[in-house]
Amino acid sequence: MTTAEQPLLSVRNLVKNFSVKGGVFRREVDRVHAVNNVSFDLEKGETLGVVGESGCGKSTTGRCILRLIEPTSGEIWFQGNDVTAMGKAELQAVRRDMQIIFQDPYASLNPRMTVGAIIGEALTIHKLAATPKEYEARIVQLLETVGLNPDHMRRYPHEFSGGQRQRIGIARALAVSPKLIVCDEPVSALDVSIQAQVINLLEDLQEEFGLTYIFIAHDLSVVEHISDRVAVMYLGRVVELAPSRELYTSPLHPYTEALLSAVPIPDPSIKRERIRLVGDVPSPIRPPSGCHFHTRCPIRQLPLCSTEIPDFEEKRPGHWAACHLR
Amino acid sequence: MAGSTLASPTVSPGFARPRKPVSPWLEVWRRFRRHKLAVISLFIFVFMVLAVVFGPLIWDVAINDIDFRARLKGPSWAHPLGTDDLGQDILARMLYGGRISLAVGLAAMVVAIVVGIVIGATAGISRGWVDAALMWLTDLFLAMPQLPLLVLIIYLFRDSLKEIAGPEFGIFVLIVAVIGGFRWMPVARLVRAQFFSLREKEFVEAARALGASVPRQVWRHILPNSLGPVIVAGTIDVAAAIIAESTLSFLGLGFPPDIPTWGRTLLDSKDYMEFAPHWALFPGLAIFLAVLTINYIGDGLRDAFDPRKVL
Repeated sequence: MTTAEQPLLSVRNLVKNFSVKGGVFRREVDRVHAVNNVSFDLEKGETLGVVGESGCGKSTTGRCILRLIEPTSGEIWFQGNDVTAMGKAELQAVRRDMQIIFQDPYASLNPRMTVGAIIGEALTIHKLAATPKEYEARIVQLLETVGLNPDHMRRYPHEFSGGQRQRIGIARALAVSPKLIVCDEPVSALDVSIQAQVINLLEDLQEEFGLTYIFIAHDLSVVEHISDRVAVMYLGRVVELAPSRELYTSPLHPYTEALLSAVPIPDPSIKRERIRLVGDVPSPIRPPSGCHFHTRCPIRQLPLCSTEIPDFEEKRPGHWAACHLR
Repeated sequence: MAGSTLASPTVSPGFARPRKPVSPWLEVWRRFRRHKLAVISLFIFVFMVLAVVFGPLIWDVAINDIDFRARLKGPSWAHPLGTDDLGQDILARMLYGGRISLAVGLAAMVVAIVVGIVIGATAGISRGWVDAALMWLTDLFLAMPQLPLLVLIIYLFRDSLKEIAGPEFGIFVLIVAVIGGFRWMPVARLVRAQFFSLREKEFVEAARALGASVPRQVWRHILPNSLGPVIVAGTIDVAAAIIAESTLSFLGLGFPPDIPTWGRTLLDSKDYMEFAPHWALFPGLAIFLAVLTINYIGDGLRDAFDPRKVL
């Protein structure tokens, strides 16, 4: 975190609570602590993988950065400006630099618009094409960039397969020539063979356009392949953040260890100790006191772990973790 | 660029034949034509409309030509659909009255759909207290006893509207407004529910991420995807409106009794059902056909506008 250059994106103490309303007067009776004090930096051209199980707040974090969800508190510095403090006009401008690719290629494309109209919408909104000719040329170019046929622009999304639809989603995100793309589980809904194609496409595009990715996933092997650094989230907090290789070879946090031990190895002769976590993820409405992970941690030491929240510290150079014991 | 995407070669959906790109409306028509019942219905409905518009010019028998020698006669060459208790020609009366019945039905549907969409969409997109207030209003309208209220409204406003817009047109506007004004609630509920589910869809979120304004999100993404059930609900409303008009006529609150709308004719015939079934049969058939064909046309339209449906 100590680079001379200013990072492209700095997230500081990001918090998002969702209200649970109930009773006659629809008052807030509870809060879901979806994202709890998340901070990280992202350099230009870097890929940050974000992993964690369902409901740990990784998608919410991604959407907060784009302000598709209004964060409760915290700062999001993008190219030196705080996104959370932006007014409508500034936000509109910054939307040209930040885009998102969604998980479900079936829900993320409007079924009543042609592929050309879907990709071209960004050009219309941001007035990126002066003439109809230019507009069409740009759409053709974008389709070719993601490996689709220019003839496809007059077809509707339902005529395409999952992998092709995901390419359309990527082309839509690329239409504004963004600097940062939040990839929200972009391959989770695809077949394994198609996953590889889409990931390779994303890597090629990164090289070609100098893109920066936040790559959200729950598949650790996919994240290892594409990420420079990886953040592990548990119940709304980042518990470990380290360069990809280091995280996979020498994890510090017991939760990361448990996650990694669950990754299948495609070689039946290798025997490995599997760390089994007992119990379910606690409810994010009432997260456990102290370290959120202490209820399931194999190495916990009570009462320390259940009373004090561990600091998120740089344990080794570039390797951050939140654990009292490591 | 091809070199940089070697690992992800161009993929192409396997189409048997490349379709020529056509304008969206032509495409809708092409798809509509595949729905056989809808096309047949469209023909019948257009025929009915043409008949009530131009029919009186061709079959120019006066609607109030009383002939007691020909009372309650069944169909004959002189009176193709028979006569009523005053010997008036039913075909002529139905052609004339059909204009009003169909116009009331269609206009009331348009009123109900427009009001329903505006209220449902506003509630669905704004949520919060606006939504609560609008849904409270909807529930209020649903809970009100409609017939007494219709009677009251027409009783209160009939005369003043007659003065402003003339006796026939004034009544027409009033009846369309009250019938439409009491039929928008199901449409509003439908649209609101559709909005609630669609606004969380990822393609709407993608539009937000691209910086689409709220009106653009509604107009381009949410509304077009929420109209399928609305079209069907709207076509059912036409039927209900034609019947509601006849109820009003029966209570003496609709059009003046000398204007033989289909509902009015049907109600006039009820005392003679045993000796002159044709008198009830033909207007009943006309209402039935109008309702049925409009429903099928609605079905066809819904499918034609939905590109996911393979047609």
